[in-house]
Order: sequence, then C-alpha cells, then structure tokens
Amino acid sequence: MAARPHPAPRLRDASVPERTDAMPPPPAPATGAALIQADNVRKRFDAGPIVLDGVSLTIRQGERVALIGANGAGKSTLLRSVVGLVPISGGTIDILGQRFSQMPTRRQRAAMRRRLGFVFQFHGLVGRTSALSNVVNGALGQGHGWRAWHQAVGLADRATARADTLSGGQSQRVAIARALVHGPDLLIADEPAASLDPAAGLDIMRLFTRLTHENGRTLVYTTHDMRHALEHSDRIVALKAGRMVFDAVAADLTERDLEPIFRG
Amino acid sequence: MADTPSSLPPRSGPPGRRAEDIARWPRLTPLRFTLLVAVGAVLFASIGEVAPSADRVIGAIPRMGSLLDRMLPPETDPAFLGRMGERMVETLQIALVGTLFGILLSFPLAWLSAAGFSPLGRLRWLARATVSLFRTVPDLVWALFFVSAVGLGAIAGTLTIIVDTAGFCGRFFAEAMEDSDKRPREALEAVGARRIDLLAAAVVPQCMPSFINTSLFALELSVRSSVVLGIVGAGGIGQELKSAFELFQYSKASAIILAIFVIVLAMEHLTDRLRRRLG
Repeated sequence: MAARPHPAPRLRDASVPERTDAMPPPPAPATGAALIQADNVRKRFDAGPIVLDGVSLTIRQGERVALIGANGAGKSTLLRSVVGLVPISGGTIDILGQRFSQMPTRRQRAAMRRRLGFVFQFHGLVGRTSALSNVVNGALGQGHGWRAWHQAVGLADRATARADTLSGGQSQRVAIARALVHGPDLLIADEPAASLDPAAGLDIMRLFTRLTHENGRTLVYTTHDMRHALEHSDRIVALKAGRMVFDAVAADLTERDLEPIFRG
Repeated sequence: MADTPSSLPPRSGPPGRRAEDIARWPRLTPLRFTLLVAVGAVLFASIGEVAPSADRVIGAIPRMGSLLDRMLPPETDPAFLGRMGERMVETLQIALVGTLFGILLSFPLAWLSAAGFSPLGRLRWLARATVSLFRTVPDLVWALFFVSAVGLGAIAGTLTIIVDTAGFCGRFFAEAMEDSDKRPREALEAVGARRIDLLAAAVVPQCMPSFINTSLFALELSVRSSVVLGIVGAGGIGQELKSAFELFQYSKASAIILAIFVIVLAMEHLTDRLRRRLG
C-alpha cells in the first residue's frame, strides 16, 4: 500500500483564535511506514452528541505522538476506536496497511491487535493474582521473557506480590510490561499518568520513552499534562469537541500554545 | 415547647407527621386498593383451608409425645448401624460426586448464559432457560424423573444432584462473571486476547472466591438433598428412613434422623471452615 501524505497541521477550530498567529510550523514529513491511518473518523454514541467529528490522523513508525485535549474532547474514544474497542460510526482506520475498521471477524481483529500494546489509565490488572501473572497474561500464551520485562519496568523484587497490593505507579509499570511482553510494534496509552502523583507520573513517562522510543517502537498516548506532551513526544495532536485542532511538531510548541486547548 | 430550629425542613403534612414519613408510603390509588383487598382475600381463604387449627394442634400433642416415646432410645443394633453406615457413605458419595460433576457442568452453562461472554449471542436465553429449568424444578421431581429413566438406586440420585447443582451454580457463576471488573478483560482484549484467554486470565481469577463460595454452598445443599432422595428410590439413607417409618420401626428412624443431623452439621462446619480459609 502506498504511503499516504502526512496531514499538514492546520487550525480546524475557529473558536481558538490564539492559534492563528502562533500557528506552529507543520511537522517535517515522517519517513517511517504508516502504522495507523485514520481517515475522517466519526463516532456518535447512540443518540448522544458527536464524540469524533471527521478526525484524520497518520501515525508513522518510530514516532511519539501525544493526543491532548480537555475532558470529552474525544481523545480516549479515538484511541479505543483505533484498537476496535469502540466501533466507529464513519470513516476508516487502517493498521499496518490493512483496513482494521472493516475486519469482519473477531479472530482477524485479535490477530491485528497482537501487533499493538495498550495501557489504560486504571491499569486493568487482575488484583488477586501476582504482578508477574498479569505480565504473563499479556503474552497470550506465546511470548516469553516475562521476567525480563518485569525487570525492565523496575519491579523485579515485586514479581510475586499480589497486584492489588501494588501502588498506583507500580501497577502502571506492570500494565506497561503486560502491554509490551508480546512484542508489539506500537504502544498506545490512554492517560497513563493521570491517576498518579506528579513524580510517579513523570517516572512513567520516562519509562515509556525508554521502552518505546529509544527501542524504535512507536508511542501514541493521551494526556492532560502539557509538560508531559511537550517533553515526551515528537508530535502533538490537539482535539477539541471531537475535531482535530492542530497536529504540530512538539519542539515548536510552548505551554502557551497548548493552554487554549484545555479551556472550555 | 421549643421552637423548631430553622435548619429543619418545614412541616407540610398533618400535625405530628413529617413530610418524609408520608412520602415513604405509596399513595393508595384505586388499583392498589383493589390489589390489596384481593391479596388479603386470597391469604384469608388460604389460612382457612390449610393452616392448622388450634384444636388440631392441641389434639396432636399427645400423639406426638407417643411417637417420640417410641422413637427413643435410638436403635443401636450393630447390624442395623452397619447397614445405616453403608447408606450414609452412599449418601455422601451421591452428594460429593453429584456436586463435582454439577460444578463442572456449571462452567460451560454459565459461560453460555452470561451477558457479555456468551458466544451464542441472542440465543443466550436458551442456556439461561436451561439453567432456570434445572434450578426451578424441585430435586424430588428430578429424582422421580431419573428413577423412571435409569431405575432405582444411587445413580438416579447422583444425576439428580448433578442437575440440581448445575442449576444453582450455573446461575451464580454467570452472575459472578457478569459482575467481574471489565477493565482487566478490556486490557487483554486490546492486545488481541481470544475469548478463552479472557476467561482464563481475566475472568476466572477474579471470580474464583465467588466460585468457591458458591460451590461450598452447593455442596451443603447437595448433602441435604441427598438424604431425602432415597424417599423416592434414588439411593442413600433416605431409603432406610422411608422403610423405618413404613414398618413402624421408630427407634431405627430416630437413629437415622440423628445420623442425618450429625452429617449435615459436620458438612456445614467443614464448609464454613473452608470458606474462612479460602476467603
């Protein structure tokens, strides 16, 4: 499949006038293959409001992309749509060149998801089992090197501890190891640091960077923390009320550029 | 009398009754009044037909006393006690084997009937209806069915306990699965876990305490059920009890009742201890 052109950053929401003058330059075209290509994705829950309104986004190999936006902007829904946890109402989603949004069988979708890792805000660990068991579960009976991953996230000494005895930060580390143990090309994280205190949140973001970007993996995550977005991403994509506001190079942005995104 | 503090809500109902007290009672509409009268009439008529009258209860006391007199002391003949012991062991075997197979049957039934897990989709109600059928038909009726189907004896009793346990555990296992935290499931689903992986890795570990508790209750119920199945010929100590009453051997009957009491009490004690240890 031919690589699609990288979407040029543009102001899509007239309600953010500050962006017009301070519009960051478009990101340099990434050279890696497109891992995720979302085109005109729309989502509406039953008769509720439109959550995603024509979002188009390309994630390329090796990128670190932060999705930012206020509560209800559609960030989490977009990530969940990418892995098919939320069915989209319109548009298309391609993963590794294959039309994931139209895969008819559960088996096909599962096979594609094995190329991805997903970390949730609230960890999703099975509390009654050990931390290591949770990591082993992520291997889906195929992977190996669970202990190595446990060590990689800095929890070698807590491997046999019950998951419900771990702190928030430790739980998130286990969740990261579980998401990476089957060797995905891309790690997706939904508010990975939101339930943690600032220091633990920063640790988690550094860990993400170490285990993904520095190892050639691609990372896409949502965050409310402007500093995390600026320091731990190559691109920042902003959503507001279900629409993409901009898609820009992180190095060209400042906190002042991002502030309007979080205003109601 | 002190003034009502200004922080209290103003009284709007009749004197002496607070507004929230009145609001707690539903308004008596004509339909509700009619239903109330109908239920009262059915209850009143039922009491007149099936409730024991005071005369009858008082008249039965001397006969009860006479019966108790003939039941005591319980039979201690070694030959009888040996036969009773064998029947008691058979009763426990029926309960244990029936419960084990019933629990094993409950897992697929629960999986097929649990919302959000069943691979049957809209046909999930078929599995749910099967579980309801197993649960709602009384065990003695199942025992009569299996005695007719496979003949007198312990096998009919074991089949009865299997069905009874599957009905009980099938429902509660399915509810435990439906109530389990969906976040671990979602986390594994997002990385491509199959249905079987989700069950094994995310659902069963969460539900295990509930599965164990339900299984122990099922074992208690099975022991209680298995002692009466013999009354309809489905094996176990119940057959001896029925014979003892039919042949007016009340001392033997009392020995059997005593043995049943000890066994059921011991089983309750054992399952309580297991619940505490495993909880």
